[in-house]
Amino acid sequence: MQYMILIYEDEQAWLALPEPARQSVMDAHMAYAERLVQAGVLRGGSELAPTTSATTLRARGGKVVQTDGPFAETREQLGGYYLIEVADLDEALQWARQCPSVERGSIEVRPLVHDSSGA
Amino acid sequence: MTDADASVAAALRAERGRILAGLIRRLGDFDLAEDALAEATCRALARWPREGVPSRPAAWLTLVARRHALDLVRHGRRYVHGDAALADLEAAVDEADDVVEHSIGDERLRLLFTCCHPSLAAPAQLALTLRTLGGLTTREIARALVEPEETTAQRIVRAKRKILEARIPYVVPDGDALQERLPAVLRVVYLTFAEGHAATGGAALVRDDLCVEAIRLARLLAVRFDGCAEVLGLHALLGLQHSRRAARLDGAGALVPLEEQDRARWDAQAIAAGREALTRALTLRSPGPYQIQAAIAERHAAAATAVDTDWVGIAALYAALLRHEPTPMVELNAAVAAAMARGPAAGLEWIANLERRGELAESHYLPAARADLLRRSGASAAAAAAYRDALRQCTNAVERAYLERRLAEVRTE
Repeated sequence: MQYMILIYEDEQAWLALPEPARQSVMDAHMAYAERLVQAGVLRGGSELAPTTSATTLRARGGKVVQTDGPFAETREQLGGYYLIEVADLDEALQWARQCPSVERGSIEVRPLVHDSSGA
Repeated sequence: MTDADASVAAALRAERGRILAGLIRRLGDFDLAEDALAEATCRALARWPREGVPSRPAAWLTLVARRHALDLVRHGRRYVHGDAALADLEAAVDEADDVVEHSIGDERLRLLFTCCHPSLAAPAQLALTLRTLGGLTTREIARALVEPEETTAQRIVRAKRKILEARIPYVVPDGDALQERLPAVLRVVYLTFAEGHAATGGAALVRDDLCVEAIRLARLLAVRFDGCAEVLGLHALLGLQHSRRAARLDGAGALVPLEEQDRARWDAQAIAAGREALTRALTLRSPGPYQIQAAIAERHAAAATAVDTDWVGIAALYAALLRHEPTPMVELNAAVAAAMARGPAAGLEWIANLERRGELAESHYLPAARADLLRRSGASAAAAAAYRDALRQCTNAVERAYLERRLAEVRTE
């Protein structure tokens, strides 16, 4: 069963962080990713570029409208994700709580829709 | 209802929680399990009054329910989700019946821990537990949660869906996860008992079946986690509270307050068992709110008559409880205990303070407590006014009857 570990945090605070502090968070993520790999559960993941680089699309009446920026202005923004494959929610939550960003923002754990074959 | 119907209904009630727990694990689907058990129950109601209750009603119901579930899936009327593929289901149906008699405690604990999973909101945990293990209808749960029936129905549907979609495991956790999750489980068992002990709405104050189910769950937890002081404390508390059940209502179904109860009708065996559980809990030297409440119940149980009650000890215990659980309701009880220990004035002052802070504004318990203390201090007119305040906010018929009786008493004085 696959789960997305979605990392939400205050992008401005993140960008304002002095370089050494940012580096230590990044190092923590590298170590975390390494542990996920070691455990054989990592299926993907990345940091996302800031929301200022986002483009949002909506089709209305057959016409696609593009807007500059994220789809919604929120206090915390989606800043990165990990995709993991584990047995159940408890295991996913076990991994999610070890994510270094849990101390800086919010971690949302979302299952991917699974089919009845158990994959 | 004939005697046969009544005994069938009793057998069904007693077996329901554990059968459903087993079915949910086998079928991997709350709704399918509930529908299958409902069908099995219908068939039991049709057959048992004529043929008698089978010697192993749980095994009978389980087998019929499993077969019905399999039929539903085979005929494409239901899907099985997740890992519970059709082959598993077939295997489950063919499995020897005696599985029903094994590890039943574990089945129910599994279901309890799943219903109380921290990824479900607290009201959803309670609603789902009352539904699956308590066997309450959505309407009854809505009344207990004091919310519209539609809200409760939504909660239950969403919770079941989340269990399936997010694959919340059907297990009793261990280690750190267990310690983290036990408080929510204990709380839900406590609230299940509380709902049975003082049913929120309707004509009956006590739903004995719900109390009994909560006590069964508390006992299962106490056996499994006998090193956890609060688990033993909860078991002791529920047993001690329930020991007074026969004396709480009079022949006409009216509420009998503690001080007027016929103490000969208290269940001495239940008191002894509760006391023993409490003693074991206390030796673990890890105090908590359930143990303190059990100790309060034990102090009441120890008093041969109402005037012998150790109110000084009880007031001290409430003060301790208030440090663990600084809620207005605990504070109100602490105020009443202080009044019983040191005279009504102390309690009335405390209650006035609660009122000034706007606490318990919706509850009838506050004016009812004020009324009782005013009555004890001989202020009949003020007591009558307070009883009227309480009656305006009280919805339970049995509690209303008690308040009306007291009101009539102070008016004739």
